Formats: sequence, structure tokens, C-alpha cells
Amino acid sequence: MQEEEVPFAIRVRDLVVGFGKRAVIDQLSLDVRRGEILGLVGASGGGKSVLMRTIIGLIPRQSGEIEVMGAAIGGTGGRSTRNAAGRWGILFQQGALFSSLTARQNVQFPLRESLVLSDALMDEIANAKLEMVGLAPEDGDKFPSELSGGMTKRVALARALALDPAIVFLDEPTSGLDPIAAGDFDALIKTLQKTLGLTVFMVTHDLASLNTVCDRVAALADGKIVAIGQMRELLQSEHPWVRAYFHGKRSLMLQPKASQ
Amino acid sequence: MTTAPLLTATATDGLLELRPGGSWIAANVAELEQLSDAVAPQLDRSGNVRLDMADVRELDTLGAWLIEKMSRRVMSAGHRAEVVGVADYYAGLIEKVRQVNRASSPPAPARNRILGKVGDIGRATLGAREDVTVFLQLLGSLCVAMLGVLRRPRSLRLTSLVYQVYRVGWRAIPIVVLITFLIGAIIAQQGIFHFRKFGADSYVVDMVGILVLRELGVLIVAIMVAGRSGSAYTAELGSMKMREEIDALSTMGLDPVEVLILPRVIALICALPILSFIGSMAALYGGLLVAWFYGGMEPAIFIARLHDAVSVTHFEVGIIKAPFMALVIGIVACSEGLRVKGSAESLGRQTTTSVVKSIFLVIVLDGLFAIFFASIGM
Ligand SMILES: Nc1ncnc2c1ncn2[C@@H]1O[C@H](COP(=O)(O)OP(=O)(O)OP(=O)(O)O)[C@@H](O)[C@H]1O
Ligand SMILES: [Mg+2]
Repeated sequence: MQEEEVPFAIRVRDLVVGFGKRAVIDQLSLDVRRGEILGLVGASGGGKSVLMRTIIGLIPRQSGEIEVMGAAIGGTGGRSTRNAAGRWGILFQQGALFSSLTARQNVQFPLRESLVLSDALMDEIANAKLEMVGLAPEDGDKFPSELSGGMTKRVALARALALDPAIVFLDEPTSGLDPIAAGDFDALIKTLQKTLGLTVFMVTHDLASLNTVCDRVAALADGKIVAIGQMRELLQSEHPWVRAYFHGKRSLMLQPKASQ
Repeated sequence: MTTAPLLTATATDGLLELRPGGSWIAANVAELEQLSDAVAPQLDRSGNVRLDMADVRELDTLGAWLIEKMSRRVMSAGHRAEVVGVADYYAGLIEKVRQVNRASSPPAPARNRILGKVGDIGRATLGAREDVTVFLQLLGSLCVAMLGVLRRPRSLRLTSLVYQVYRVGWRAIPIVVLITFLIGAIIAQQGIFHFRKFGADSYVVDMVGILVLRELGVLIVAIMVAGRSGSAYTAELGSMKMREEIDALSTMGLDPVEVLILPRVIALICALPILSFIGSMAALYGGLLVAWFYGGMEPAIFIARLHDAVSVTHFEVGIIKAPFMALVIGIVACSEGLRVKGSAESLGRQTTTSVVKSIFLVIVLDGLFAIFFASIGM
């Protein structure tokens, strides 16, 4: 069910990104396999969002190469970015919903732009997406300014998934959700990955998500990927920052699982 | 690989068997809608239905929903629909889709058109009253804030005030000078051209002098400031409102009127008279140059005639209006900014409203002043 077999959904080689003199991403290389859920962890302000936005083509890079689904990503707003737009869905950290459209219209927007379908079906699909991410149909009529923080996240997720894209980029999808909703979200992502062969690039600090849904986890520190692999392997990593991250007080819940 | 979607229907004694095949994905939505619409009458006529999914190559949420819709259609008619042959990896999606769109949303109550219109008129009337209330409210809070500042002069945001004066006053000088210069020149040229017919071209000096000093100087500058600085005020305050910055300010115990609005309005009140003065001078200068080069009137004569034609009263009449116009522009701009709701669209709407409203009010105010000055004989 996949098009011309490229083993990697995303390939990043020797990427350098910086603002002014300071390099935020420094000679970073990363491969994301097709159909996997990759979790990216890193310090706050460590450049995770910058990395994600660079891969999408929103931030110009200083050097390095980026390929998404075998197609090179150029500078900002280039043709390749627009072509790729049909194949990816993006959840921004702040939601980035269109403030003058209702939640439902936000979800319908990508559908309307790239498909030809009847209004009735479009409404049904948008409602279905909203319900799948755990919102009530009535919430669809609210404007972004009338949504709670967690609801904003969910609508943004529904919009990212509107076209069932091949790759979704999620920037902290579960932050601001209660644990039950976060659990539902994890289950939804897992289901979609199984059915649609979705590749997920997920920036998250949610240890439970990392542990349950991510096939692999990458750790970003000092502008580089310092460790990548299954959760089990990361827990055994010797890198000081990775150790501090997974063996800190708040991460103790992971330990019994690791020692099994 | 994406393939064209198919849907074959075979009816065998009371059981309709549907075999969807190919790619049931969003990219094929146009064909999929046709296919499922085509079998709809058959579904309604038939009894029990079996959906055999074995031939489906690709499936996504949209495809799963169309299949779910068919089976719901059968079930709502009181028959049985079973979905068979579902590949393992699609089972989860079908299960998810089965749960959605269960609650039927109540249809929006139909709206009586005539009643709706009447309602709109009523709302618009109330809205106009609200405009006045909001204006007076803000004027009141400005007065209170001003009194507070007079009691405790240290609470005046001096840095902000100076910065705003710089922005709305100093930075506006080039454009104000340019435009008023041109307008003065145009008035002089038209005056000379038409007055010449009855040999009164030297009276053009009186016309330019009185018109510019009494009316045009301040009016044009006020309109330009409303467009240039009023819109900026509305957009700034509006986006601060949108991003909850104003709420943050008031939770810190600070009064947004005192911190944000008072410096802006005072800056306008300081800047507008100065800009009007500069603008009037530029207009007179433009008139002088045109009278010299186009009308052949020596500058010395122009100035001497100007001296006879205008008195300080004319100048006073013009400049007295400026602070009041500034107050109106400032209050309208700030109150429209505070009325911005959450969306980008409302920010744009409020900015437009602010400019239109303040230009309108400036002209109305000018008319009122004209009546006032006429009746006190100035
Ligand atoms: N547009 C920008 N201009 C200048 N610096 C920026 C810009 N965007 C991000 N940065 C800087 O890049 C660094 C990385 O930011 P980034 O948003 O990627 O952090 P993050 O890893 O996503 O953190 P968090 O987990 O808090 O979201 C920060 O130091 C930030 O200040
Ligand atoms: Mg971030």
C-alpha cells in the first residue's frame, strides 16, 4: 500500500539551523522510517520545534539536506513545500487555528482545498474527525477564541489528520490534555498508524506517550541527536542529559518497566 | 498503489451483497461519492445487506465512513447489515468510525425573514446606543485616570508618552508636510485660475489664508492622523486584547486605561495641534509658491496681503479645534481596539470601523465648531 518504496519517510543530513550567530541545530542527522511513530525529546528551548519547522520548510537552514518521502525540501514556501503539503499534516505547538473560522470549518479547510466533495459529506467527515479526537459535535460551532487550551489542541489535531496524510508532525500534542484524553489520543494515533500506515513525528514530553505509542525515541541535546532507539535502549543510554531526563525524579515511573 | 475504487452489488433472495474494492481513500472521494450514491436506492429497497470488504486495497477514514454510512442506512430501515472480510489492520479504524456521528444535531431553527430584518434593525439601533455608551465610558475612565495622574504625577507613563509623541507626531511630519503643501498649492492654483476671469486674482491670498488656517489645515491633518495613527492604535490594542495581554495587565493590578490608553491619547492631543500648525504653514508655503510661479505674485506682496487678510483669530479658530479632534480620534481608536474579539477578522473589521468612525466624527465636530464660532462671532 505504499508508493515507490523509500525506506525512510524523513531523512535529515548534517542539518545546521541558527538564528543570528547562535546555531540551534548543529550538524544533526536523523532518519524516520516509514510507518513508525518517532518521539522526539529534548530540553525546553533545545530546538525541537525549530527542527520540526525546518523539516517542514518554514525555517531556512544554513546547510544540510532534508528529504521528506523522497522529495527534497527547499527553502521557505518553495514549490516542493507546497507539493508536499498534501502528504503531511501538522499540529503546531500553539494550535495555529484560523481564528475567523469555526472549529468545524478549520477541519474542513484542508478537505475543501484539496478534494471535491459534497457539503453534506464534508460536514460528516469533519464531525467524524472531531469526534475521533474526543470533541462533541456542538464544539464544532465554536470559534478558536472560545475553545479551552486542550480543545484547541484537539481541533488542531483533527485538522492535521483531516486528509489522513502519510506523515503527521505533532508538536506536543498531549500537553494540556488530561491523562484520560491523552490516553485516548495515544490510542487514536496507534490505530491510525496501524490502518493508514501513518508516519508520525512527535515532539513530546509525555513519558507515558513515549513509553506506549512511540516505536522509537530520539533525544535532542546540544543541537544533535544524542541517542535514538527504542525506549528500552534510551533508558540504558550513557549520555548525561539522556540519563538525567529518563532517570530524574519524575521519570521513576518508567523504571520498573525498564528493569523487567 | 492507488487504484480506482469499485463497488459491485449482487442481490440473492433477500440478501444484497456489496463488494467494495480498490482504494477507498480521500483522494478518490469524487468517485466514491458517486458509487455510494448509486447504490443508495438499492439499499433502501433491499432487506439485509452484507458488506464484503475483502477486495479493499486501501482504506482511510473517509472510505471507512462511507461504508459505515451505507450500513447505517440499512439499519435505520430496520434490516440487518453485516460487514465481513475486514482485514486485521483495518478493524480498528472501522471500529472507531462506527462510534462517530451518532448524535444527530438538531436542525437550526428556521428564521422568519421579516422578523429577522426587524430584529437586525433593532440590534443595529441598540448597537448605535452602545457606541455612544462605550465612547462616554472611555472618556470617563480617561478623566479618572487623568485625575489620578494629576494627584500623583509620578504615575504618568512618561517613557511611553514620549515614545508615542515621537511616533504619532515626529514621524508623521514628512507626510503631513507633503500633503498639506500640495493641497495649499492646488487651492491657490484653482483660485488664481478662476478668480482671474473677473480680475480678482489677488484675492486668492485671502482665500488660501482663511481656508487653510480656519478649516483645511486642521481638518486634513486630523483625517491623516486618524488614518495613520488611529488605525495603528486600534490594531495594537486589538491584538493585545486578542492575545490576552490586556487581561494579564489588569490582573497585575494595573489599569489598562492608565498604562496603555492615557499615554496614547495624551500623545495625540499634544501632537495634533503641532502637526496642524506645521501643516498650515506648509499649505501657505505651497500657496505662496504657486502664486509666485503661476500667478506672478511676488512673495513679498503675498505676505503683505496675507497680513491684511488673516488675523490671529483665524489661526486660533483652527488650532483650538485640534485637541478636541485628537481626543475624539484617540478615544474612538482605543475603544474600537478594546472591542476586538478573538479572531483576526474582527481585528480587521474593528480597525476599519475605527478609521471610518473617527473621520466621520472629526468632520461632524468641525461642523459643530463652525456653528459655535459663527454664533460667538469669531
Ligand atoms: N524565530 C526565532 N528567532 C530567534 N530565535 C528563535 C526563533 N525560534 C526559536 N528560537 C530559539 O531557538 C531555540 C529553540 O527553540 P524551540 O522553539 O525549538 O524550543 P523547543 O525545543 O521546542 O522548546 P519547548 O519544549 O519549550 O517547546 C530557543 O532558544 C529559541 O529562543
Ligand atoms: Mg517547542
